[in-house]
Amino acid sequence: MAQDRPTASELFNAIADFLREEATPALDKADPRLGFQMRVAVNSLAILEREGRLGPEADAREHVRLKHLLGRDGTLAELNSELARQLRAGERDETDGELMAHLEATTADKIAIANPKWR
Amino acid sequence: MTVHMSDEADLVAAGLAQAATRYFAAPAKIEDLRRESGGASRQTWSFDALAAGQRHELILRRDPPITGTPINRERGDRERSAALDRATEFAVLRAAFRAGARAPEVLFELAPADALGEAFVMRRVGGTAIARKLLRDPPYAEARQKIAGQLGEIIARIHGVDVATLPRLDRREAADHIASLRGLLDTLNYAAPVFELALTWLDRRKPPPIARPTLVHGDYRTGNYLADESGVTAILDWEGAHLGDPVEDLGWVCVKSWRFGSIDKPAGGFGSREALWAAYERAGGAKVDPARAHWWEVFGTVRWGIICHSQAWKHLSGSLKSMEMASIGRRAVETEVDLLQLLKEAR
Repeated sequence: MAQDRPTASELFNAIADFLREEATPALDKADPRLGFQMRVAVNSLAILEREGRLGPEADAREHVRLKHLLGRDGTLAELNSELARQLRAGERDETDGELMAHLEATTADKIAIANPKWR
Repeated sequence: MTVHMSDEADLVAAGLAQAATRYFAAPAKIEDLRRESGGASRQTWSFDALAAGQRHELILRRDPPITGTPINRERGDRERSAALDRATEFAVLRAAFRAGARAPEVLFELAPADALGEAFVMRRVGGTAIARKLLRDPPYAEARQKIAGQLGEIIARIHGVDVATLPRLDRREAADHIASLRGLLDTLNYAAPVFELALTWLDRRKPPPIARPTLVHGDYRTGNYLADESGVTAILDWEGAHLGDPVEDLGWVCVKSWRFGSIDKPAGGFGSREALWAAYERAGGAKVDPARAHWWEVFGTVRWGIICHSQAWKHLSGSLKSMEMASIGRRAVETEVDLLQLLKEAR
């Protein structure tokens, strides 16, 4: 069942604007430490908003790539554990083009959610 | 057992008055006592001591005695495990200060009878540690031109400290550091392909153990020193000090996360690697091998990424309830982006 407006993103933006423009300046006056914590909280809320929007498709893409790369099936967590094991054992390394393309794509999807301004 | 802030301040003031009276050999009065920062198990307090008609601006570093249930005791121990205890930190700071390494000047340790736990007192130094201010605010415009060079010069002095004047410190080579980060990933039970790739890359290229290990600060970066309009005034955060490869500090200070957005200035956000190294060599540091410095910069980048996860774990494991710590977990990917870039440049 579709939810009513505001959409999740619209509701997030309304909350974030309130927290940034009204709550944070008041907190800064009362206790700068709390003002700082509120900035961290608003930033983390923005991560959740982006994750809600971009996360499911990013996870699906990562899963498809991992199955192809490792040539086997499994949950996302299982496949990442196996890849991590192979990398620690040195069975794969940075000379593997498909591996590097997978890591680049996965990292690009993660940073687009966690901190799109990072460069 | 919860101690109210005001009760705790009274306790600290009483212990300080007793210890300062001993040190200054005159009745000492404690004024303007306030808690600066730190977690439950490691505290920094700022205060003035008035003794024999003189005002002394001072800082207390303190690990409160661990109280409460066994589980809390265990958590406290875990938080402290890899870092120096206060008595060792006191001795390292004293040796570094005497060698002219711009460490804060430590004055005295507290005694068990002062009832403040492991603690010592040092002189307060002016300046701010806040990177955002130092990198952007107008009063620091002139300082910004100097800081990269000062960082090179000061770290050369730290590395020049005669190890015979130091307390017993862990010796940590490249291989030890790699093993310790892999161990941390295992403890966190965290599958991290990019970090594993980077650690294997590092393992295959690790510099050989060095013949003469030096004092390594261990957390030498923007955010961990004070600076004013004239530049760097004091180097802080010595709990990670150990013996090892001096280039470790030169790599860490250039990790991109410590540039706080000034990414085209690798030396802490203030200058080029070459300017840092030139100042280091002029001040008596050994000639810097760029490949070795790059290795330590890659290492530092993985290290910070894995620390992000371990900070988040403090919250996730229930040992320290903190939204801020939890949020740091999502910063790890920043170092993954940087690592893929660094490894690409190295190929």
